[in-house]
Amino acid sequence: MQSQERQQNSAPRDDAVIHAVNLTRHYHVRTGPFSPPAVVKALNEASFDLYPGQTLAVVGESGCGKSTLARVLTMIEPPTSGQLTINGQRVELKEGQRPPRELRREVQIIFQNPYGSLNPRKTVAAMLEEPLKLNRSDVSAEQRRQKALEMIEKVGLRPEHADRYPHMFSGGQRQRIAIARALMLNPKILVLDEPVSALDLSIQAQVLNLLSDLQDEFGLAYVFISHDLSVVQRIADDVIVMYFGQPVETGPASEVFTRPRHPYTQALFSATPVADPNRRKERVKLKGEPPSPLNPPPGCPFAPRCFMATEECTHGDPPLEAVTPRVKVACIHVEKEGAI
Amino acid sequence: MSTSTTAVAPGTFRYQFVEFWGYFSASRGALVGLIFIATILVVALLAPWVAPHDPALQNREAFLVPPVWHAEGTWRYILGTDAVGRDILSRLIYGARYSLFISAMVVLLSMVIGIFLGLLAGYFRGWLETLITRAMDVVLAFPSLLLALGLVAVLSPGLTSAMIAIAVVQLPYFVRLTRAAVMSEKDREYVIASRLAGAGHTRLMFNTLLPNCMAPLIVQATLSFSTAILDIAALGFLGMGVQPPTPEWGAMLANAREFMGSAYWAVTFPGLVILLTVLMINLMGDGLRDALDPKMKRS
Ligand SMILES: Nc1ncnc2c1ncn2[C@@H]1O[C@H](COP(=O)(O)OP(=O)(O)O)[C@@H](O)[C@H]1O
Ligand code: SF4
Ligand SMILES: [Mg+2]
Repeated sequence: MQSQERQQNSAPRDDAVIHAVNLTRHYHVRTGPFSPPAVVKALNEASFDLYPGQTLAVVGESGCGKSTLARVLTMIEPPTSGQLTINGQRVELKEGQRPPRELRREVQIIFQNPYGSLNPRKTVAAMLEEPLKLNRSDVSAEQRRQKALEMIEKVGLRPEHADRYPHMFSGGQRQRIAIARALMLNPKILVLDEPVSALDLSIQAQVLNLLSDLQDEFGLAYVFISHDLSVVQRIADDVIVMYFGQPVETGPASEVFTRPRHPYTQALFSATPVADPNRRKERVKLKGEPPSPLNPPPGCPFAPRCFMATEECTHGDPPLEAVTPRVKVACIHVEKEGAI
Repeated sequence: MSTSTTAVAPGTFRYQFVEFWGYFSASRGALVGLIFIATILVVALLAPWVAPHDPALQNREAFLVPPVWHAEGTWRYILGTDAVGRDILSRLIYGARYSLFISAMVVLLSMVIGIFLGLLAGYFRGWLETLITRAMDVVLAFPSLLLALGLVAVLSPGLTSAMIAIAVVQLPYFVRLTRAAVMSEKDREYVIASRLAGAGHTRLMFNTLLPNCMAPLIVQATLSFSTAILDIAALGFLGMGVQPPTPEWGAMLANAREFMGSAYWAVTFPGLVILLTVLMINLMGDGLRDALDPKMKRS
């Protein structure tokens, strides 16, 4: 799944399945019965392109807005601002609205919690048939059942599992069922919100292998969300590192993983055991907690925890800027490199 | 699972029933409850053939005759007679028709409307929810019997009015339970997944959410059934429900209260039948809830 070398220019290719520009999502929360609603900026100005067969990894600590991005991408919630184009079609969605049929067929989501994502009252077959029933009136009942059985085998379960209820399955099996359901309408994009975080290590590897196989077979594009870099390293083509709702470093996985530039990315990496013994051994400790979204610090949101922070960092939120042709970093102390 | 299920193809209605029955009958209490209720139902249906006397026939020579096991008792009146000489056993048998039918209708009416309102309130929230919950709070603010009495008085006394009144009084419990269950399930991932698969509001409410909210409602239905029997009785006693000489259990109980000390049988047997029926229905409700819950199934 490692990327074939892509063109160096940053102009969007026209085969992008997702074209996201400055996606932003704010929530209004009440902090007390008498105080005015506060704004939580759960997601700030995320931009990226995703191509067929590619995997975009989104990494960051818990609470940095990864699931919010997933909900915006899958049209569960509309963005507060920014533009989302899926498969060449602009998404115009109002709060509480269902995504239009031709778009919801293209994007599907896998949730983190395999125990909440399956309807306890429905058999596996009923769950897999539902998307066909609701979207493909041309498929007969027998064909639906047939397709469901095929998909069950494709994700590594057995046909006799079809008529069982979710509680009879383990976490890994449930995640396979969720994957099967997501694939029933032949989507182009799968948004995977920490799909293996709730699973045992050995099961994680199996599910990741399954995802790789399915990606190759169907040419799927993945948005793979994780807080665990070791999971993402194996499969990512591109990476977005998020902190406090905003991307702080983006670029090809090959560059970001071999040479993390943003102090936050470096800190994340030193917290992750890596296989490569040649990597420089300097350890950057990630201390403290992310700031409260209700009380953002002045300037760079990472400043209170950053080992490179200077007084200057508190003056303004550093914008995401290109430091190499393909890597962008939001930090005033990271120099531009190379000939641009 | 028992071996009998292996012969039936999975996915069919018959398979589901066989499976359901397997779990239901595994609970002894539920089975006893079911047998009891089924017996009462059969007896009620066959009342003209099994009842020894006309339930309204007054025998002037036999006021307050004690049951057969007393010295003064006679086989003619196995459970004795009431203050106007009517056979208690026959009245109980005919009374089953009224008590069970009325209560079943009340629960059905209340449950269907309550579930519908609760689903709307929990699913759509907003002004609709405020309206529905406020209306239910108003119903709950009155003592239930007082409200039922008032409603019957407005609707004119009689069986239908009594049924509607008691259904209204029971309504808030169904609405509240449904709304709470819907609110806790609504944002679960499986519901979102169904929405993304293209399910509309109606399908989400009735196909996705409702089956996952049924367990507490079934238990509430059995509780309501017993309350309905008692409330109908109370209304009958106050002259606002079933009109005499209809042999309704609660009315029998109420009418015989003054003879509690001298002729216990006139009070005891209707009371005992009500108590047993209520108990058996509750037993059945527990079994039903367990059998309908896939989480309780062994794989
Ligand atoms: N529906 C919501 N209402 C208010 N705040 C929310 C909501 N969803 C998420 N948030 C807030 O947005 C931030 C990002 O959350 P989330 O996207 O779930 O992070 P992650 O998935 O990376 O752990 C958190 O501070 C969270 O409290
Ligand atoms: S801008 Fe300053 S505080 Fe923010 S990451 Fe860079 S060095 Fe750290
Ligand atoms: Mg999350």
